[in-house]
Amino acid sequence: MSEPIVRHYGPKAYSDHPPFKYPDYKSTIKRSPTHDPIKVVATLTETTGPGPAWAEITPEDADLTTNAGTGSPAIGERIIVTGRVLDENGNGVPDTIVEVWQANACGRYVHWRETAFPAPLDPNFIGVGQCKTDAEGNYRFLTIKPGAYPWGNHPNAWRPPHIHFSILGPALVTRLVTQMYFEGDPLLFQDPMYNSVPPHARERLVARYDHDVTEENWALGWRFDIVLRGPNGNVEEMEEE
Amino acid sequence: MSPRLGQTPSQTVGPYVSMAFPREGDNVLPVPDGGERIVITGVVYDGDRNHIEDAVIETWQANPYGRYNHPDDTREEVPLDPTWTGFARAMTDFETGAYRIETVKPGRVPDLEGDFQAPHIAVIVQGRGMLNPVFTRIYFSDEEEANADDLVLRQVPEARRHTLIAQLEPGSDPKTYRFDIRFQGDDETVFFDF
Ligand SMILES: [Fe+2]
Repeated sequence: MSEPIVRHYGPKAYSDHPPFKYPDYKSTIKRSPTHDPIKVVATLTETTGPGPAWAEITPEDADLTTNAGTGSPAIGERIIVTGRVLDENGNGVPDTIVEVWQANACGRYVHWRETAFPAPLDPNFIGVGQCKTDAEGNYRFLTIKPGAYPWGNHPNAWRPPHIHFSILGPALVTRLVTQMYFEGDPLLFQDPMYNSVPPHARERLVARYDHDVTEENWALGWRFDIVLRGPNGNVEEMEEE
Repeated sequence: MSPRLGQTPSQTVGPYVSMAFPREGDNVLPVPDGGERIVITGVVYDGDRNHIEDAVIETWQANPYGRYNHPDDTREEVPLDPTWTGFARAMTDFETGAYRIETVKPGRVPDLEGDFQAPHIAVIVQGRGMLNPVFTRIYFSDEEEANADDLVLRQVPEARRHTLIAQLEPGSDPKTYRFDIRFQGDDETVFFDF
């Protein structure tokens, strides 16, 4: 009987990620485990994961300025957000699904949860998009720059403008959900989600303005690369005859 | 060779993730060839034993013959219906904290010692207030013999193993397994670092 390929992935770099419990972000206090996770060598279960076959994606899904389907464009500063999904070895991650969600230009989400923030909705903006990386790991969205919005975590708390990113990657261990911020944003200093990341790694969450991405008479360009855990050295095939 | 690039840090999905996912039907997998419909349901609890009203549950599993739909599972001789994805997503209910996934019982997949693991489903939990995902596993209460030999379960302190065993509800049809997830407390769910 043949044996499957079990890739060896490098460990999660805990020193580059937020802690589970970060009291400045109050909701983490009761929603974090108290035990350390149990370290176990990944099996085929964890070195595999849902592939691109899982979700059907059309090119229209990557254009948040029109994917509300109303025939009218969303209001706000039109931006291109693009970059590469890479593994730690610098290799592009092809054919992986990138999902995004965000507030509109005024800082309002299309969501049934109540908010005390009197910002208008935009009937031409749903704030959700998907795309698949190409053979080199590139992704690209056209969207509207999200606005800042207040939240109740601490006095006069404002979330800096951000876009939520969800990436499946090639394996269960590469699963990543993160948030992309904008270079030079003045609200980052007081945001506990951003500050929960160790200082040396914070800039990895910040998109850079890139004039080469900007398109004349059309949209401003931002570049944001994403690095997932990667296979560590050689692929080992389990040998057993 | 040490990695050249630093990992992108994790962030919470926040309170609005349900605008993006799950989408309609993401929590119901088709019944593939050889499969028997089962339901997994449970409640996600925080440290005060209040239900968590906005958690995302993602599951990944093999098909009934124990094969993953993934290019690394190269075992051509094990049947695989290409419409089987093995991935499901659900959100906990705002009022009750309960999630529900309709799937099939997975077959046994190889472990790292030339043997087979007990049937299990991998689970990722994320939510508002969770800066990182947590990884756990669902095992089945009616697989006692296989569970006793399982490579991963054996590495869990015996007193905590019960938190990983979904309990078959007697007389349920389709077979329904209860699997609660608790973030803190004496019976805090075991989470893994793979
Ligand atoms: Fe947000």
